Amino acid sequence: MIEEQPVAGPYTHARTSISRTMGLVLLALLPATLYSLYLFGWPAIFLFGTTVLAALVFEAGSLRLAGKRVRPFLLDGSALLTGWLLAMTLPPWAPWWIGLVGAFLAIVIGKQVFGGIGQNLFNPAMVARVALLISFPLEMTLFNAPVPLFSAQAPGFLDSLAITFGQSNQLDAVSSATTLGHLKTELGRGVTLDTASGGVESLWQLTLGEASGSLGETSALLLLLGGLFLIYKRIITWHIPLAMLGSLALLATIFHLIDPQSYVGPLTHLLSGAAILGAFFIATDLVTSPVSIRGQLLFGAGVGLLVYAIRTWAGYPEGVAFAVMLMNACTPLIDHYLKPRIYGRDRKGEPLNYADERGEA
Amino acid sequence: MSNGYRRIARDGIWDNNIVFAQALALCPLLAVTGTASNGLGMGLASTAVMVASGLLISLFRGIITPQVRIPVFVLIIAVLVTLVDLSMNAWVHDLHKVLGLFIPLIVTNCAILGRAESFASRNRILPSIFDGLMMGLGFTLALVLLGAGREILGSGTLFANAALLLGSWAAFLELELIPDYKGFLLIILPPGGFLVLGFLLAGKRLLDRVVEQRRAEQANAEAAASSQS
Repeated sequence: MIEEQPVAGPYTHARTSISRTMGLVLLALLPATLYSLYLFGWPAIFLFGTTVLAALVFEAGSLRLAGKRVRPFLLDGSALLTGWLLAMTLPPWAPWWIGLVGAFLAIVIGKQVFGGIGQNLFNPAMVARVALLISFPLEMTLFNAPVPLFSAQAPGFLDSLAITFGQSNQLDAVSSATTLGHLKTELGRGVTLDTASGGVESLWQLTLGEASGSLGETSALLLLLGGLFLIYKRIITWHIPLAMLGSLALLATIFHLIDPQSYVGPLTHLLSGAAILGAFFIATDLVTSPVSIRGQLLFGAGVGLLVYAIRTWAGYPEGVAFAVMLMNACTPLIDHYLKPRIYGRDRKGEPLNYADERGEA
Repeated sequence: MSNGYRRIARDGIWDNNIVFAQALALCPLLAVTGTASNGLGMGLASTAVMVASGLLISLFRGIITPQVRIPVFVLIIAVLVTLVDLSMNAWVHDLHKVLGLFIPLIVTNCAILGRAESFASRNRILPSIFDGLMMGLGFTLALVLLGAGREILGSGTLFANAALLLGSWAAFLELELIPDYKGFLLIILPPGGFLVLGFLLAGKRLLDRVVEQRRAEQANAEAAASSQS
């Protein structure tokens, strides 16, 4: 048997691995997550824990069934990240089984059925979120106003256990519509934007995160910082987030200028809902987004366009999950038509024609 | 029962099952299997059509020329489906209200035309009838399994409305497995049909593999025993 010799040579080690990538993404998510958990108190922490734990358990179970090695795949952090992202898209006080079913949908149906990490067609967390939203519309749209941990209105530890794990519909929380949900309902009734905006959070509150919404929909500022950190660390490039937020902002500006009373302004669109989370953490998923730069720009712009269309004209107040999934479905097509140029060949795949060669011929 | 008939039965119900092995007739399969009762009703209606079409097509196979066989098959099947449709409307009217939309679509069930083409037009009458029966039963099995799975997951009941199909004596079949179940809408919707069907197919292949493995082990053990003696 031949011993494997270490190859000496001028090689540099890129230090990229799946677990390092996942770890950095988790690190970037951490501030926003901690702040959201603080804002929504114990029930949110229980739900978050349930979802992440369930994702890990389902991942381990699927790997065992598929006959793969469990430890390396489980410890690469991808299931942890999927569960984490899924938990960020759930209403903070949703009952525990939402997290459990969601984790099953994300890990088993969204990822492992396709063949595990790197093989999935759709972003697993978004598969789960969309499936949950369609299946359990009541639980998935019941938002409550933030009640920070240890504040007077916050439910205690035991009450919180009852909210998350007990029989649902007993909670006595101050339920509160999200900004987008509220505006959608009011505009749908024919109320003008000025009147409708009376009841919603200010832009400043949206930026800081003192607004109702899913766990990861709250603090736009912390999510933005996390996203910029990822770009700085070169885990993601700026193309998808900028294209997505840019097209969303552009459309919102155009329509807002045309009719300011019935179309919400660009800043509200950018800061509320899951736009920032989606742009930096979900649409940039390495597996389900296009490879080439031009493809990524197109992908991001498509997501932004669909988000705006769904938020404005469709039945749901928020559409990041749907938009990302629809563009995920387009990714193979984009990759087919927008291939990177092969080195030494032109875009059609023909060898490059140099001047001196032409001279000889 | 002779060996040929046993082969036909095995093929129809398991080995060459219309859904599990041939993956045909998915359109009616996914459309009606929101509940097990609907699946059973659709399966029995399809079985009736398959048996009758097996009989008729096998009967006329001598005089149908190859050039016109497809239109003739379609015509025969369409007549039979119309009969089933009208009979169901007359005798199980309530179920017909639920399934009514899909019964005429049995005509387009590719599995029936497939059996006519690949079996009934080449075999004698009795085997053709038997093949139609077994294929139909296999189809019914798939429909009921899928319907039951989707019904349990989607609405927490089993064989709801079975009394409409089989008469009031079947009321004991109607179970409410999970009280206060809020419903899992996705499973009832068409995507859920695909999901549950996918898991059923995987389960069938797993089962086949386990059975094969066990048989191979048994054969090995017997071979070892005979070589020793």
